[in-house]
Amino acid sequence: MELRRDYFADVRKDGLHEIGQPRPRLDSPGHVTGKTAYFADRNFPGMLHLKMVRSPHHHARIRSIDTSEAEKHPGVVRVLTAKDVPHNVYTILILIQIGPEDETVLADGKVRWKGEAVVAVLAETERAAQEAAAKVKVDYEVLPAVFDMEEALKPGAPLVNEYHGQNYYLYDSGECRKVRFGDVEAGFAKADHILEQSYQSSPIEHAPTETTGCVVAPEGNDRFTCYTNTQAMFFTLDNTSIILQMPGNKLHFVGGTVGGGFGGKVDVIVEPIAILGAKLTGRPVSFIYSREEEMQISSPRAAEKVVIKDGVMKDGRIVARKVTGYTDAGAYSRHSPYGAQKGAGHYPGPYTVPNVWIDTYCVYTNRTPSSAMRGFGVTIGDFALEVQMDKLARLIGMDPLEFRFINAYRDGDMKAHRQPTEGAALIECMQEASRAANWPVAEKYMAMSSYRKGA
Amino acid sequence: MAIRRGRGVAAINYPTGMNLGGDPTQALVHSTPTGNFMVTLSSVDLGQGMKQIMAQICAEMIGVPTDRVIIDTADTDTGPHCMGTFASRGTHRAGNAVIQAAKEARQVMLEVAAEELEVNASDLETDGQGNIQVKGAPQKSISIFDVALSAHFKRGRSISGRGMFLIPRSYPEKETGAMKPSTCYAHACTVAEVEVDDETGEVTVLTVKNVFEIGRALNPKMVEQQLVGGSWMGISHALYETTEPYYPNRDHGGTDFNQYLMPGPGDLAETEIIVLERPSADGPFGAKGPGEMCANPQIPAVANAVFDAVGVRIDTLPITPERILRALKAQAAG
Repeated sequence: MELRRDYFADVRKDGLHEIGQPRPRLDSPGHVTGKTAYFADRNFPGMLHLKMVRSPHHHARIRSIDTSEAEKHPGVVRVLTAKDVPHNVYTILILIQIGPEDETVLADGKVRWKGEAVVAVLAETERAAQEAAAKVKVDYEVLPAVFDMEEALKPGAPLVNEYHGQNYYLYDSGECRKVRFGDVEAGFAKADHILEQSYQSSPIEHAPTETTGCVVAPEGNDRFTCYTNTQAMFFTLDNTSIILQMPGNKLHFVGGTVGGGFGGKVDVIVEPIAILGAKLTGRPVSFIYSREEEMQISSPRAAEKVVIKDGVMKDGRIVARKVTGYTDAGAYSRHSPYGAQKGAGHYPGPYTVPNVWIDTYCVYTNRTPSSAMRGFGVTIGDFALEVQMDKLARLIGMDPLEFRFINAYRDGDMKAHRQPTEGAALIECMQEASRAANWPVAEKYMAMSSYRKGA
Repeated sequence: MAIRRGRGVAAINYPTGMNLGGDPTQALVHSTPTGNFMVTLSSVDLGQGMKQIMAQICAEMIGVPTDRVIIDTADTDTGPHCMGTFASRGTHRAGNAVIQAAKEARQVMLEVAAEELEVNASDLETDGQGNIQVKGAPQKSISIFDVALSAHFKRGRSISGRGMFLIPRSYPEKETGAMKPSTCYAHACTVAEVEVDDETGEVTVLTVKNVFEIGRALNPKMVEQQLVGGSWMGISHALYETTEPYYPNRDHGGTDFNQYLMPGPGDLAETEIIVLERPSADGPFGAKGPGEMCANPQIPAVANAVFDAVGVRIDTLPITPERILRALKAQAAG
């Protein structure tokens, strides 16, 4: 790594003692010698293991659940169904007033994705829990499912989630989050070229070293300590308090060093049901995802579709940009309404475009609920925007790097969401990339600056 | 049939912190009688080294070496509220809270030192090595250890401070989308160079040159660790990873690392990292959050390099050999 301190040297205070120093991490010797304690290193006498019975169908009505054989299985201590969960229908962003509650802790009458939790089994050993889970009999009536976002948005598509009533999230702005800036149609009308392209991604996995999980220990005084690898301690505690209808002072969450998050540990999934199990049995409970659960059950990054229509002039100026983004939330909201909205605040990217129109949709389908992941709401948008930039440059016969200099945002430029640009540094990054990659651009671009006089 | 070479560029920005704000983080700082300082938080260290950075920030503010600061975090019985570690917010939000808490503790510490040295607190400075001295007369000094002892056993003062950082929540305007998604943005530009085998569709990423502007590299070694890891993750996202290879079809989802493809050590490109620092107005020492954005620009840079190499656009992620071969076949068919 090379620190290029000649850029922006006039606005930086140097000569500090600890900041800017490459100090060795105080925790790294513990990590590399196996001494660091993670949540799963907690082991309590009498600890039970929780395993989930999961839906084998993408969409089905539950006619009946028979747990009698599972309950008789040696080592089984307790079997939990929807009726055991005090506030079974929840949504995590209710904490920041983004409803409606649309997801069940344990399925109640219906499953909406393959892998959805239906019954929880608590047993003396992981093996006994797994074997008993296989003995739970669920009678399903399979329903038509929808997997494709375009299909889901058509009239007459199977309804994924009754709590929404339609297969998209309803924002206060309507069926999508909108950004309107300038006059995009007038921009297209005067453009020398129009280019409309569609981009698509597939769901991906966070792939942390340590899978999602928690270990819960009753403290003996109606309080429960939950050792967890959540990325958000109080967010998880507060949601657990709602789901279990248990005052927050009865809950004690202990985290610490986590073996990788990447956004995959901000859903509140394992903690409430494990604490409920500990409460109902009076025993410690461990609920840890297998690698298979981590990959197919825990939320992936959403698949997204991004359609970009641009109007560009022969001289390289983008005069109009229209973006329609679709986020595949799967069967439940989790963090997806937030992610789709974040996309609306990100387009048209780090470029100054006078006429912008943005619609971002959060769409429900019968697949594993997606949620946050590193770059949430932005990563796929950047893929689409930057491939589109390459195509536009080639369309007008311009060098792709020079084309970006022409459109790059600078201090003071008004963004589509009506905030003036501050602290821009795109131009300087591109100048340095031009040098480092031996990708020469015209001298006028190397002389540009993100600063503007008076800005 | 041949190995064809191409290169592509991408430039991006990324917002720091929870989108639209409203995401508070608090910190508490106090000294122990040993002259060490405790920082109490409920933020989570995901392995990226948040504890180390918070220790360096507190040490800088107080004026002690970093190893004199201990971080107690991620316990809801002891730690004050933090929204969580996500959205590239850890360093920015918690760092600001630690600065505010450490400032308050530092003021008490200087007041106690002033009493011991019989001078005004405003005439004192720290030397960064654990001592407090009179400005312009460094021979008149007292160690922070002795100040902590004095505060505890003689002066009856608590060398402690409270810190809180909150970006007020912004609500998007319904019709226009006017909003304030973030207060500061990190930037990047990446150039990727690839080889594509037009017989097998295999892509080899030869080099990735990343320029990242991150506000302030609080610990350059840790910045390097995060940016290199992110760059690898970006390549993996571009070429390998998916839980649903034939999305929207739900079949063929991988369930372990044999089926879920990721690059191995031999698949990683020669990676160059260059860091620029334009301090943000509201970041701790100007720092922004580069944790997420560092994995983004490689994806379009690789996609553009594949086009440059073989002349086909793969607009669906991941860019698999199958997709490249199908596109080449379609191109040949005219």
